[in-house]
Amino acid sequence: MTQATRNILIVGVGGQGTLMTSRILARVAVNMGYDVKATEVHGMAQRGGSVISEVRYGEKIYSPVIKKGDVDVLLAFEKLEAARWIPYLKPGGKVIINDVRVDPLPVMTGKAKYPDDIAQHIAELVPDTTIVDATDMAAECGSAKAANVVLVGMLAGALGIPGDEVEKAVAEMVPAKALETNIKAYRRGVELCK
Amino acid sequence: MKQLMSGNEGIARGAYEAGVTVAAAYPGTPSTEVVSNLADYAGVYSEWSPNEKVALEVAMGASFGGARSLAAMKHVGVNVAADPLFTFAYTGVNGGCVVVSADDPGMHSSQNEQDNRGYGIFAKLPVVEPSDSQEAKDFTRLAFDISERFDCPVMLRVTTRLCHSQSLVELGDVPERPLMEYKKNSQKYVMLPVNARPRHVAVEKRMAELREYAEQTPLNRIEWGDRRLGIITTGIVYQYLKEVMSEVSILKLGLTNPLPEQMIRDFSAQVERLVVLEELEPVIETQIKAWGIAVEGKDLFSNIGEYSPELIEARLLEKTLPAAPVLQRDIPPRPPLLCPGCPHRGVFNTLRTMRVAVIGDIGCYTLGALPPLDAMDTMVDMGASIGNALGIQKARGEEFARRSVAVIGDSTFIHSGITGLIDIVYNQGQTTVIILDNDTTAMTGHQEHPATGRTIKGEPTRRLDLEALCRAIGIQHIQVVDPLQLDLLKQTIKTELERPEPSVIIARRPCALLVKEPVRVRYYVDEEICNGCRLCIRLGCTGIHWKEEDKVAQFNPDNCISCGLCPQVCKFDAIKTVEE
Repeated sequence: MTQATRNILIVGVGGQGTLMTSRILARVAVNMGYDVKATEVHGMAQRGGSVISEVRYGEKIYSPVIKKGDVDVLLAFEKLEAARWIPYLKPGGKVIINDVRVDPLPVMTGKAKYPDDIAQHIAELVPDTTIVDATDMAAECGSAKAANVVLVGMLAGALGIPGDEVEKAVAEMVPAKALETNIKAYRRGVELCK
Repeated sequence: MKQLMSGNEGIARGAYEAGVTVAAAYPGTPSTEVVSNLADYAGVYSEWSPNEKVALEVAMGASFGGARSLAAMKHVGVNVAADPLFTFAYTGVNGGCVVVSADDPGMHSSQNEQDNRGYGIFAKLPVVEPSDSQEAKDFTRLAFDISERFDCPVMLRVTTRLCHSQSLVELGDVPERPLMEYKKNSQKYVMLPVNARPRHVAVEKRMAELREYAEQTPLNRIEWGDRRLGIITTGIVYQYLKEVMSEVSILKLGLTNPLPEQMIRDFSAQVERLVVLEELEPVIETQIKAWGIAVEGKDLFSNIGEYSPELIEARLLEKTLPAAPVLQRDIPPRPPLLCPGCPHRGVFNTLRTMRVAVIGDIGCYTLGALPPLDAMDTMVDMGASIGNALGIQKARGEEFARRSVAVIGDSTFIHSGITGLIDIVYNQGQTTVIILDNDTTAMTGHQEHPATGRTIKGEPTRRLDLEALCRAIGIQHIQVVDPLQLDLLKQTIKTELERPEPSVIIARRPCALLVKEPVRVRYYVDEEICNGCRLCIRLGCTGIHWKEEDKVAQFNPDNCISCGLCPQVCKFDAIKTVEE
């Protein structure tokens, strides 16, 4: 097995499900036989603040923390959070942005402005950017609740992870009656980032 | 098959494999999951203790009783437990005992970033530092052997990044381990001066033996590489170093107190340049310098904050990062905030509008200090609010006492607020103490505590009655209010502040994350009536936001749980109920 180390940074807002996504990815990478390390920030950040988790896999991984400038794929559940972590991206790295806006407190109280065109601005700066409205896409597949699975699919597509590995993990996590919708959502995600 | 485990899960597994049967902790980020995980292993008695001092005393008692035991706490928790810890070093153990100190470089979730390796030197304890989850498990297991072999508690020192990072762990066997025999031995366990004096001699002898052990232990090892640069390191930083400079010679220390002096001398003699790489204080570096060995450390790396792979690269390789895309937009920060429906919000909003000084404490509710609530004057340590409030009122007099309150959570009150309250009664203060009782330890992830009436396993137990406790202390005026009833809350605070006697107001409502009530009503802002005064916006709730285009407030139905707080603060009745 030869595989260059892959560094994935998953960012969002507390409560969006970033942690669940990074845990699926880490588990899939373990099942594929890679060395895996992952790290996440707990505590204060859970209360509606920025949330980040990092997953690294490959033949041998030392640091659980990704070096600044070494992120292969940045998956952002929210577009402002994508912008916050752009400086961590590797030159030539990929950005996946869920086209969702969650106003941070300074915006909600009118103290700061939300940069409306932030996703497009990132796409201008980073050639390999994919913007998706995962909730819309999931709704098209049968349920808006499968939005995170669309993002998992995009991540798997971008990383070239074999579909059955992730589908197994998704099947373990969703109720049987929602499985078909979720697999559909997952595959739509993969197609977007192949 | 290897399993992916966090550092805390690794510690719990290591303790289980070592045969631990008693474990105690007070929750504290980043240590919480050590004992919450141990509680899931069969045959391990685990508890949430009222505070870290009690947790350590329970673990110590279990050790005296012949069991292997563990106490876990965050770095500042060791301060609370320091009294028993220092003398535990004198008595030594019967069954092995490990004290987990989870430090927080970078202060992800803490009020300071003290380096608890200092406790190893100060209290004369061996200190063990793992650098990934496998080592967390293996070193914990080995720490119990060290504890029994050298007859002393062992400190397992970890950091946030180790605790909350996951890596692969190969599980070990779980051998049967009978209790050690219990024999009364007052000369060892009754620390009267007459017994403590010879025990101090025993401690010094033990430290000398540990220094010899440090030279041979598998916890310390040399990885020879390019001898132009030799680096002495420990903990998670070892992983950062390997990531960016795998070719250098490395002395990796797993036992950082006492240090292996001869091993370090030999290593230094064989490398051209010697650098110590350790997060926070120069604990290792200072000792090496005292031996007269030329070494670099804090002249290259700060004693402030968390390290990273890129920092090591920058300082040792003078590498600069590749140019990152530069955004031409301002990115507003996203600070943490109280959840929608949080019962604390109404209390802080009321205190802010009443313009009273708020002497605060530690928990989710410390977020009440941040804008827009901006309703806290001080916050230092667990339980400090009550003593601080008495002190500030004694300093500034009765008039000030009528304009200031202590605010403390239920779990924090039990942790170390009770003795402060006794002081107020005993020394005739007139402080008003508000206990924010949300029926849980919310900040660390909803752990039970004595007043929830449930154990660490969620089993029912006798519930601590906060009102009865306050009454027993001698508080004559105890009011219980629902913090969502703002008028009553404000009136109660006003009444109790004016009273020239101490009083306790219990603002009681369960954490909004625990009690998911169905949303019965929906609100909207009548834009004809809203005049943009922003009183509702100042609640700092994600359920309602400022709509700049129209200069009015607007609901976020995705976030709002219809707690009913904002309609009460609106002076113009602009917030209306959606008729079904």
